Amino acid sequence: MSKKFITAWLALLALMMLNVQPAQSMEGPDTATLDSLTDLFAPVSFNHAMHVDVVANDCAVCHHHTTGTKVTDERCARCHKNSGEANSVACRDCHNANPFSAENLQKIADAELLFHTDKPGLKGAYHRKCLGCHQEMGAPTACENCHTKTEKGEAFYRSGKFAPTPGKEPASE
Amino acid sequence: MKNLLDRRKFLKGGLASGVLASVLGTGKKAFAEHSFGGYPNSMGVLVDLSKCIGCRTCEAACNKEQEMPAPDKPFDDMSVFDEIRHGQKRRTSEKTHTVVNRYDVPGHDGPVFRKFQCNHCNEPGCLSSCFVNAYTKTPEGAVVYNEKVCVGCRTCMIACPFYVPAYKYSSPINPVITKCKMCYDTRLKNGRPPACVEACPQEVMTFGKRRDLIKLGHERIQKNPGKYIDHIYGEKEVGGTAWMYLSSVPFAEVGFNTELGDQPIVNYVKEFLTVVPMVLTIWPALFTGFHLLAKRKENQKESQKATTPSDRNA
Ligand code: SF4
Ligand code: SF4
Ligand code: SF4
Repeated sequence: MSKKFITAWLALLALMMLNVQPAQSMEGPDTATLDSLTDLFAPVSFNHAMHVDVVANDCAVCHHHTTGTKVTDERCARCHKNSGEANSVACRDCHNANPFSAENLQKIADAELLFHTDKPGLKGAYHRKCLGCHQEMGAPTACENCHTKTEKGEAFYRSGKFAPTPGKEPASE
Repeated sequence: MKNLLDRRKFLKGGLASGVLASVLGTGKKAFAEHSFGGYPNSMGVLVDLSKCIGCRTCEAACNKEQEMPAPDKPFDDMSVFDEIRHGQKRRTSEKTHTVVNRYDVPGHDGPVFRKFQCNHCNEPGCLSSCFVNAYTKTPEGAVVYNEKVCVGCRTCMIACPFYVPAYKYSSPINPVITKCKMCYDTRLKNGRPPACVEACPQEVMTFGKRRDLIKLGHERIQKNPGKYIDHIYGEKEVGGTAWMYLSSVPFAEVGFNTELGDQPIVNYVKEFLTVVPMVLTIWPALFTGFHLLAKRKENQKESQKATTPSDRNA
């Protein structure tokens, strides 16, 4: 537990200085801290290097065509067969953190030629990508395998010290 | 389920065939024969069951947003999926506006989860059956309920084809119906998505204009051959609903009533409604006493005055 905690902190410190750690075998960080949506859960320390191994260096498994690798999904290939590297590989630069905000809905409505009208938001993109693969490969799939609840999170889920006890009013936030 | 079905059949069959009703002619409420189809710019939610992982975050989000009472079990306790009451899976109640249930579908890999709440019908059965007009369909798409006007007769509970409205038994003096509001007061009317929609980690629910969601739903079906049942539940059912569903297993397998038809509930009950004043004004009197009824009528007048004209006309 504490070891994990230290790793997370180190990763966070590294990110604060560099945003990413220097590459080893592949271009890309060894660890990435996913913390842009942190609220109910502590930041997730994502072992990027290990996942690069798992997908045998095929960046496109997660990064679509953005790293310059050829797309594998035929639905994407229809347009992106010859697409090169994108300006950014960060998920959040394409997947909106507030996909259903009035502004974003308006933006989609206004862009008549927009093809990606069904693009998931950031949280949806993370979970569908990660969990989809974890399910397929038999990797852990329970929420707590990746997420530690913050105190606010425990209050939200009414779990931990906020759990209801039969016949007693539970603690409030 | 059986019991409830029978209650509905009673309303639908027994009353629609009532000769008395036709003799009495048109009632106070005038209803169009055809489907109204909803406000053109109203919002909706497309729920893609194939993406739901049964984490119950949506239930927790609703509980917080709507300041609901404490649940019996934590929201990360998955044992609730095994609960069966009166032969049924969990349902909406005075303690919760939304539930997620698990279904084990033969031939399907792994369980299927289904989130459920009020579907915010285009032509709501609850609204049309309520003789004191406690319900309003807002132009944004939500079907909201005004407890100040309600007399607690519970007709809406029988009229809802999805058995959504719940009765607050914990407040017997002040009869209150509880149901999902599509987060109207706190979010929808300010252009924000419902709390459950926003909280879902899998983005199971897509929020947008209802007519865009229908397009999007059909596109999703088309672009993923073999993945979905070629049907959007709620596009046409009971005259169309604001909350609609996509599924990769037959809808009947995951608790949907696929025999409701496309006619709004009001088309079945409108003849019945012509006799409502006669029948139903007696019921609430029995339940709550004449005094209470009079008081509520007053309340209704007040709240009508208080509502802005645009609310009323829309
Ligand atoms: S689902 Fe039931 S409660 Fe909700 S609007 Fe329709 S009839 Fe009313
Ligand atoms: S729309 Fe709002 S009230 Fe309805 S289930 Fe979701 S969070 Fe609850
Ligand atoms: S939050 Fe989303 S994934 Fe979780 S149970 Fe609700 S609808 Fe399903």
